[in-house]
Amino acid sequence: MRLTVNGTEHEVVAPPLTTLLAVLREELFVTSPKAGCQQGGCGACTVLVDGEPRRACLVPLAAVDGAAISTVEGLGEADELSPVQAAFHEHYAAQCGFCTSGFMMAAQALVDRGDATIEREAVIEALSGHLCRCTGYVKIVDAVTAAVRGDVAPSDASADTDPQGEDAVTLIPGSPA
Amino acid sequence: LAERSVPFDEEHDRDQNRAMAAVTLIPTSPDEAASLFGEGEDLTVFAGGTILLPEIAAGRLKPTRALMLHRSGLDSLETSGDVVRIGATTTIAALIDGTDDLLTRFAEHVADGEVRRNATVGGNLCASPGVGSQRGDLGAPLIALGARVRSTGKGGERTEPVEDFLAAGPAGRLVLDVEFADPQAGASAVVRRPHAHAYTIMRVCAARVGDELRVAVSGAAPTAVRSRAVEQALADGADSAAAAERVLDDVTPDDDALASSWYRSRTLPVLVRRALDDLR
Repeated sequence: MRLTVNGTEHEVVAPPLTTLLAVLREELFVTSPKAGCQQGGCGACTVLVDGEPRRACLVPLAAVDGAAISTVEGLGEADELSPVQAAFHEHYAAQCGFCTSGFMMAAQALVDRGDATIEREAVIEALSGHLCRCTGYVKIVDAVTAAVRGDVAPSDASADTDPQGEDAVTLIPGSPA
Repeated sequence: LAERSVPFDEEHDRDQNRAMAAVTLIPTSPDEAASLFGEGEDLTVFAGGTILLPEIAAGRLKPTRALMLHRSGLDSLETSGDVVRIGATTTIAALIDGTDDLLTRFAEHVADGEVRRNATVGGNLCASPGVGSQRGDLGAPLIALGARVRSTGKGGERTEPVEDFLAAGPAGRLVLDVEFADPQAGASAVVRRPHAHAYTIMRVCAARVGDELRVAVSGAAPTAVRSRAVEQALADGADSAAAAERVLDDVTPDDDALASSWYRSRTLPVLVRRALDDLR
């Protein structure tokens, strides 16, 4: 069976009922989709299948033979975050990070739909299948809303990883920021 | 005790689980699906996979023969006049995008957007009752709409009301499509799923179809049920509050992870009353 993952074509040999999640993580070593609940409840394995967000743990390989899969690995460039990534960065929307890739792919699907005037309520509805056990929902919804509305500064991934001088931001571990 | 325990590695061996999809059949037309299904003996039917795939991946279900319907062409969605016909493998997401009626509004409450892209109408009707929660969120709206299920299997093709299909159970049947006519009016009352769960807790639907007023409940008992006691009470002239109390004649609410039978028993008549009041 054939899968195109983030633009690269792969020939996959696995039983037809193997989950897309197992194929991505264990055959192709694409590990951003997380194996959370593995029964469709948590959203951590969400990927785009031909542009639509789907749960990789609920999709059998045979059903996506020939499809194009997008994961977080395909977002942005090595030195430039995608708008969704930049928004998560800007809004401090990741805590432990386990749910983040699932949220990001759901967010990417919303961005692709291109509704620049999206209501916060609609964002919450679209993300309703995703759980964040750190309960960082407010910032996640902030980030996704900003990304969908295009309200994100273009971000250089390396720009503020090493803050210096007067612009240095002091983050106290455990602070609500 | 030690003798009965299964070593962790053995139970969770990845390759062992993968080898379990012994024979997989992938029909490419409705006719081929029906003929491969035959009488459904020793066959696991696979539509959206939202229920079966996690069971298989965890090694709890080891089908010897799997019939996968994703290329079977059973996903047509047709409207002619005021009749809607929904193919068995139509996804809930396609249903929401493709129809503009009462069922669409109910379908928007099924799980979340991503699960709805997998979950199918046929799977919803054939879902096993579930352990932690009730399944089959579309049962109540389909019964209220007076929908009829066409299925094939032992004894050939059969068309019957949804409530009869659900009562008999899906064993030995392959659902082909579901058909209903637009109702004159419809209403619904619901206790929605909490964020961390996929299933609607309870739903009551009422619809006026022809000269019938139909009332149905899902999420309270293992399958959705029609409440003829409520319908009869209304026909006999009872007001909505009095008629609503009769719902417990037809439904014995279950205990599960989402709600207790006590809670369901208290809440269900309230939902019925609200749906009926909304309908008027």
